[in-house]
Amino acid sequence: MMHRVLKQLTIAAVVYGFAATIQAGPQEDRQTFIDTYKWKFPNVPMEEYPNGAYAIDPIGRENWEAIEEFPPYETFIDAGREMWAKPFANGKGYQDCFPDGPVIAHHYPRWDKTQGQVVTLPLAINQCREANGEKPLKYKRGPINDILSFIAYESRGQVTNVEIPEDDPRALEAYEKGKKFYFTRRGQLNFSCATCHLQNTGMQVRTEILSPSLGHTTHWPVYRSKWGTVGTLHRRFSGCNENIRAKPLEAQGEQYRNLEYFLTYLSNGLELNGPGARK
Amino acid sequence: MTKHFTSLASAAGTLTLLISALLVTQTANAEGDSNIEKGRAIAFGGTKGNCLACHMIEDGESPGNLGPPLIAMKARYPDRDKLRAQIWDPTAANPESAMVPFGKYKVLTEQEIDYLTDYIWSL
Repeated sequence: MMHRVLKQLTIAAVVYGFAATIQAGPQEDRQTFIDTYKWKFPNVPMEEYPNGAYAIDPIGRENWEAIEEFPPYETFIDAGREMWAKPFANGKGYQDCFPDGPVIAHHYPRWDKTQGQVVTLPLAINQCREANGEKPLKYKRGPINDILSFIAYESRGQVTNVEIPEDDPRALEAYEKGKKFYFTRRGQLNFSCATCHLQNTGMQVRTEILSPSLGHTTHWPVYRSKWGTVGTLHRRFSGCNENIRAKPLEAQGEQYRNLEYFLTYLSNGLELNGPGARK
Repeated sequence: MTKHFTSLASAAGTLTLLISALLVTQTANAEGDSNIEKGRAIAFGGTKGNCLACHMIEDGESPGNLGPPLIAMKARYPDRDKLRAQIWDPTAANPESAMVPFGKYKVLTEQEIDYLTDYIWSL
């Protein structure tokens, strides 16, 4: 009991410390997250974090491994492969926009100096489509999940490596905005991302074990049993915001893109393992 | 005879008083019990207090463990008002508290918080 109280106090100090020390850089932030989780879960190796709550929940893990034997996202990968190969009306295709494709998931999100904003993979896909006279895809549901599933699958084993270029101070600003979003309490239920996914990671809300933020971004898009389909990271962000009775923000709007930038930076060094399957 | 009658009458009067006093007490108890019942429904209701999301309570199914088990509440909160204040806005006592400010953010009405406090205090 005492041990638990001490842990809670220290984590509270960490969370409070984050709010107080704005000058801590991204590297220090990431290290603090790593230290906090290592201390909470001393037996969980870093390479397990891409598995989310299943890294710390042995019972849930068994069910998950059973699901992964016949991956529910497989048909989405196949549909995405066809999408990738099918030329646009102008004869060009995704390969023309992404010469290194389809193994490109580890290049995103990235700071785009010319655009002056964080470019995520879904945003880059729609920019490619629009540049070629195609309609943009919706950002939460539907076909965008096919192409993302295919790219994620092909990018498996690549390593998260988000850069915050020093030659453009706006990049660090975007990161800081994402970080601020993460630590800001919001909604009628007054939760921040940190309340559940840093301060109380490993605790249970009803029967759900709260997942660590390290690894949150490695496995998108995700087949979520609750959805009965594959959905995007920003769809999950909106769902989280709805759960805490906050107004969901626009998928691929600036705020969620900055949050993704911050969150993905935390997972630097972790392998990509999308698409994923979750309850 | 008259004297006897008077004392009889006064005895009857006393009895009536006693009975009505008893009745009043019983009604008050019944009201208290039904308030506790209302509070229990709020505590267990998924869209109301949803206390079970984070706290173990009696025989409630699938409780979470983010907050402490709700037991021995009168020992922990000898003062009912302090318990009510904690439910109304837990961040007043501890800014880092993960608990929902049920009153401050109007998740529950003042009346509902009263019922809920009655119930939680009875645990």
